[in-house]
Amino acid sequence: MGIKLLIDKINIPGIKTYEVYRREGGYKSVEKALKMQPAEITEEVKKSGLRGRGGAGFPTGLKWSFLAKPEGVPRYLVVNADESEPGTFKDRYLMEFIPHILIEGIISSSYALGSNVSYIYIRGEYHWISEILEEAIAEAKQNGWLGKNIQGSGFDCEIYVHRGAGAYICGEETALLESLEGKRGNPRIKPPFPAVKGAWGCPTVVNNVETIAAVGPILNMGGEEYAKIGVGKSTGTKLISACGNINKPGIYEIDMTISVEEFIYSEEYCGGIANGKKLKACIAGGSSVPILPANLLLTTAKGEKRMMNYESLSDGGFATGTMMGSGGFIVLDEDQCIVRHTYTLARFYRHESCGQCSPCREGTGWMEKILKNIETGKGTLADIDLLWDIQRKIEGNTICPLGDAAAWPVAAAIRHFRDEFEWHVLNPEKCLTENYGLANYAEPLATTA
Amino acid sequence: MTIEFTKERLDKVAELISRYPAGKQKSALLPVLHLAQEQFSGWLSVPVMDYVASVLNLEPIEVYEVASFYSMYNLKPVGKYIFEVCQTGPCMINGSDEIINYISNKLNIKVGETTSDGLFTLKTVECLGACGYAPMMQLGKIYKEHLTPEKVDAIVEECRAKAAINN
Repeated sequence: MGIKLLIDKINIPGIKTYEVYRREGGYKSVEKALKMQPAEITEEVKKSGLRGRGGAGFPTGLKWSFLAKPEGVPRYLVVNADESEPGTFKDRYLMEFIPHILIEGIISSSYALGSNVSYIYIRGEYHWISEILEEAIAEAKQNGWLGKNIQGSGFDCEIYVHRGAGAYICGEETALLESLEGKRGNPRIKPPFPAVKGAWGCPTVVNNVETIAAVGPILNMGGEEYAKIGVGKSTGTKLISACGNINKPGIYEIDMTISVEEFIYSEEYCGGIANGKKLKACIAGGSSVPILPANLLLTTAKGEKRMMNYESLSDGGFATGTMMGSGGFIVLDEDQCIVRHTYTLARFYRHESCGQCSPCREGTGWMEKILKNIETGKGTLADIDLLWDIQRKIEGNTICPLGDAAAWPVAAAIRHFRDEFEWHVLNPEKCLTENYGLANYAEPLATTA
Repeated sequence: MTIEFTKERLDKVAELISRYPAGKQKSALLPVLHLAQEQFSGWLSVPVMDYVASVLNLEPIEVYEVASFYSMYNLKPVGKYIFEVCQTGPCMINGSDEIINYISNKLNIKVGETTSDGLFTLKTVECLGACGYAPMMQLGKIYKEHLTPEKVDAIVEECRAKAAINN
């Protein structure tokens, strides 16, 4: 069993309530934090090596240290609970079943950042979870962990829940801030970064739910101890939401020292491919990250075992690797059609493009149409090159990363599964009733090492 | 129908506004639109949006442009129960297309349509963050997960029974 810091207590009956959570040692990190200097907390977070768990993997302590602190201007901590990346459903699990771990993390983080008001921006569809959070906040307040002069420390802190209304783009931090301000979720041009001009023009830190939830355990055990878990720059634990054709879909907390193979096949995690099928491909970190065929997923191009951590998953760059991303782990078995799957993702990104930048607004629509044609046997070989050309022209040419996120899945699908795309074009009738199947995607590759 | 929030909802609006810095009441627009949609038959007509604008002291266009951006705001009438079925990749590989077809045939409506008795609307949506429990749909405030045709039958019956009691 690996080390668990976030969900180790999630099965204790009543852990959702303040009473049980506190009895199990909850809010101890806040007691500790309020006796420290704010800068010392940031220092602990830096030492822990904690990286943003929303997808970018940026060092959290470093992000906090960028926060501008002009005199007389309020600062804000905004928690990103807009979990919308296909394949990702981990933050929901924490907020639904152990909401106080998030509240606990917010209080210490707010104290470190000098934020007296924090907002949890939660996706609108998680309506019942927003009510769970409101209840947890009320309980924390009744027990003196929120409001004025918390535990006699002189520190004031309020937390409010802000419900979105259905828009993937609001997971991008500047779009999220626009939405918090009651506007359309159009991402802002950076700079200025939110650390300087964020919510209502004030310095703001935006962090993912899982990132902030990790602050409690970090303070309890100390940053250095936390950094000992894991390997290299992949410290601590990471939640992985596993779905697709596996025996045991769900949320797993891993300590980033296990291999991808163990994660998929061991009983402790995914329990193997469902219905005794074979593994064909996997999107390891949420829909935006490059899809990998089975052979490259389990073994890097250098012939090493691929591990479930930031560095190993991205080993080989986009040519032969992928990314840890949000931890949304989508497994596809031998019966799945890569073209059809990529088409649904292209449709997703077209639907979610905010429309501000033309490469993304127009490009996502064209990619969807072309993929639909190929999927339904109406494509041409030139369409595959056209798709490649379009995705290349979106990537890097938009205000926010949604453009890249839309381009990468299409690029990776063509890069690794081009023969399947060609088969669709060359077999326009057959592709409607049959799948290309596993082909050679699971066969060992010639290594370059 | 007079377009006005109930006393309870007006108090809620005041509380929502108080969550944001003074003078930034526009920030309450998304939650207030949710309240409006709840009270006014599940959708936002132009008069309803104009009313929301007046409550928050905004120009009507500020409300229209927001209401038209977010997928959860309905800009045309909808049924009492909206089946919002996810169709993105992870749900697709677990049979969401079959569920969508099943509901469509059962209720005899196409995606985007409402049954003639005004009870059900069928919508397709993109990823709702329930990929491990696919296929799924949102029904009001909650998620219905691990859908099968039998489960859909039970949900439809449950909605019909509830509607019959409320009438």
